[in-house]
Amino acid sequence: MTDQTNDAPQASHGWASPEFQNRLSRRRRSEAILKGVGLGAILFAFLMLGILLWTLISGGTQAFRQTHITLDVPISAELVDAEDPSRGNYRNVMNEAMQVTFPDAEEGDLRALSGIVSNAAQFEVRDRIVADPSLIGQTITIKVPVSDPYDQLNKGNVDTESDETMRRLNDAAIGWFQQLQDEGRISKPINWALITNADSRFPELAGLKGAIIGSFYALLVCFLISFPLGIGAAIYLEEFAPKNRLSDVIEVNINNLAAVPSVVFGLLALAVFLGWFGMPRSAPLVGGMTLALMTMPTIIIATRAALKAVPPSIREAALGVGASKQQVVFGHVLPLAMPGILTGTIIGLAQALGETAPLLLIGMNAFVTAAPSTPLDAATALPTQIFIWADSPERGFVSRTSAAILVLLGFLVMMNALAIFLRNRFERRW
Amino acid sequence: MTGFAFALLLTAALAGYMMNRQAAVTLRDGGQRLHSLGMFHGLYALLAVLVPAIIIVLLWLVLQSTVINRLVMAGLPDGVLDNLGSGAIQLIKAEIQSISQGRVFGDPEQWKMDAAERMNSLRAASGWLMLLVVAAVSAAALFVTRRSVRAEFRARQAVEGITMGLLISCSLVAIFVTVGIVLSLVFESIRFFQMVPITDFLFGTSWEPQIPIREDQVAAEGAFGWLPVILGTLVITFVAIVVAVPVGLMSAIYLNEFASKRFRAIAKPVLELLAGIPTVVYGFFAILTVAPAIRAWGASLGLPIAPNTALAAGSVMAVMLIPFISSFADDALSAVPRSLRDGSMALGATRAETVTKVLFPAAIPGIVGGVLLAVSRAIGETMIVVMAAGLIAKMTINPLDSVTTVTVQIVTLLIGDTSFDSPKTLAAFALGLMLFIVTLLINIVALRIVRKYRELYD
Repeated sequence: MTDQTNDAPQASHGWASPEFQNRLSRRRRSEAILKGVGLGAILFAFLMLGILLWTLISGGTQAFRQTHITLDVPISAELVDAEDPSRGNYRNVMNEAMQVTFPDAEEGDLRALSGIVSNAAQFEVRDRIVADPSLIGQTITIKVPVSDPYDQLNKGNVDTESDETMRRLNDAAIGWFQQLQDEGRISKPINWALITNADSRFPELAGLKGAIIGSFYALLVCFLISFPLGIGAAIYLEEFAPKNRLSDVIEVNINNLAAVPSVVFGLLALAVFLGWFGMPRSAPLVGGMTLALMTMPTIIIATRAALKAVPPSIREAALGVGASKQQVVFGHVLPLAMPGILTGTIIGLAQALGETAPLLLIGMNAFVTAAPSTPLDAATALPTQIFIWADSPERGFVSRTSAAILVLLGFLVMMNALAIFLRNRFERRW
Repeated sequence: MTGFAFALLLTAALAGYMMNRQAAVTLRDGGQRLHSLGMFHGLYALLAVLVPAIIIVLLWLVLQSTVINRLVMAGLPDGVLDNLGSGAIQLIKAEIQSISQGRVFGDPEQWKMDAAERMNSLRAASGWLMLLVVAAVSAAALFVTRRSVRAEFRARQAVEGITMGLLISCSLVAIFVTVGIVLSLVFESIRFFQMVPITDFLFGTSWEPQIPIREDQVAAEGAFGWLPVILGTLVITFVAIVVAVPVGLMSAIYLNEFASKRFRAIAKPVLELLAGIPTVVYGFFAILTVAPAIRAWGASLGLPIAPNTALAAGSVMAVMLIPFISSFADDALSAVPRSLRDGSMALGATRAETVTKVLFPAAIPGIVGGVLLAVSRAIGETMIVVMAAGLIAKMTINPLDSVTTVTVQIVTLLIGDTSFDSPKTLAAFALGLMLFIVTLLINIVALRIVRKYRELYD
């Protein structure tokens, strides 16, 4: 300022002077730059979210459809004994079916040909025959998934122009598949197996049933433990706790617990639940208990906020007509705070549903081909299933991982939508 | 048997409720003035049955399998467990267990069959004993509470006393969890430091946990110096923070100062979406999209970029941290008193000048607290690095190289293998202890800064 007044005292004071205009435009420019950078930062975050979702959706939608093949399977009495149909040679039954479908195929091609059909086909035929042994000697028509390489071919993921030795299907295999397509045997229905099957080594058969049920059990256990404990702790801290050292310690403790890395909870579960108490590995019960410890701080914090939001007039009115302190809390404050508590609980459970690391440590990444029937059976959960599939080398698992993520995100969206609905519908503004 | 026990104690509790309430009502109808309502007399009986019985059943269930296993293993014939490692003993335990559940593979020795039979009979006995104890405790509680029903008995106070006890124990669970974490980590770490000197762990510069399991196996000697592991963690954290802080800060400034109300109402929840996505999804995103993209970019520049470079894991972690930092910075900026903002504007400062010269300096403590919390999250973050970072520990600070992290090592050391006596497994607990200490310190400092700053302006 001082040197300006010395050099050009008149010019710098006039609002219309060029120096002032220069300065003003410079200041406006720096404002525009800051604004632009800020907008750019937000757009960058949006762009990342967009790329993430686009990757998942473009990759995952493929897995919601599965290529199927319709085959006529002759059941010869030589291969399947009518006395004991469950022990028939169904592998050869399938080979015969391929022979019928490709009458001019050579003996040596049969092995490759039967590779078109998924491994599950023989079991499906077996189940049909066991259910109805009178089918032996006749020809039945089945519709089964094709194996993964052909599924990828049908979905356009195989570059047929590339070098034959560089891909899993040679030109002959592609020719056979073309022939099947021309005969109208190939279809691409919705892949219900993704939800109705449990895990499998074969991508075309792998599904999420076990993971969904495992996650459900784990969340149920998590809810049953963390909900009462969390509400109880929050009521005590918010309504009854005297202001002393112990309450302070508990409070600091809960805040810190909420920030402990999730993998540490896994270590705790591994050492205490599995190591000292001898609980079963890979069980949703243990997973749920671990998740409950992590969810409890979230529920406590949400419940305390909800209790705080109930106006003192309610408490005073109830106390005024002679209710005891506990009657006030359980009869009036708690019911009024319930919508807020439920919202916080659902958000906490949604976090727990996506939690992976502690479940890995207690072995919920096991390869389990049957859905669990109790919380004590070995099982996977949705996020650990995603982790297993993401690690699998088969091409089909890439799109299935995306599909599984979409299923998981679907559940998360539903839970959060429920929480938002509860909040908007029931929460009162005092 | 557990189902029976629960059914029994629930019936007893309900019966106690009815009985005592009825007794109290009878007293009242007889013309006496009760101190408490009949309902409280009933509730007193209900709680007096439920609380001790449920505690007994839960403790029983938790301890039962450990005790039975101990008894069975102690009852094995002399000599069969001699000269066996703990891994082999684990296997024998598992075999006996599966035989006792009726899954017999091959042709096990007779003593295993005997042990399995013993295990089954112990289980049955334990079940019956539990039922008996529950019945006895319930009956005793019923008897005692039934005698307490009198006109002057302060049943409401008694019920509220029990409820208060329950509430206090709920809040003590939080302390137990912390104590449990510390105890389990410290306990296993001490066992680790008995095998590997603590100085080797803290100051060693080589991390090669693949030690031989059998005598004749060819494997590395095993080295447990955690410096390269924590160095890798810091490299990835550094990449994440360097990307996330400017982006998060700038978006917070824009949302707070320049955005229209409508834009803010849409942009904030969308940003929060990034925080709600499970980390396993980010991990998949990192290996499927980001890592190949970074490698292609490196190849076009002629840079040698490792397949699982720290850049990929770090930048994806940054995306996860953006909403975290943004919302902390947003809160800090909003908490600056209006008078400061108004004063600056009244002097003729532009919005940008107000933000950079007045609001931002005033909000720095809050922002620093948020960034510290983000650092602690990045250090403790597991799934992204497990999927996208490397496994081999190197003493390098080159973010283009592949590095490993503390959490990656914990997970890889513990997946599949859980015999609790090899340094390989126990090393994971030592790493976990260090992770816990480091994140706890950062969190305490960060929370203190945030809280202190809030008090400054409130």
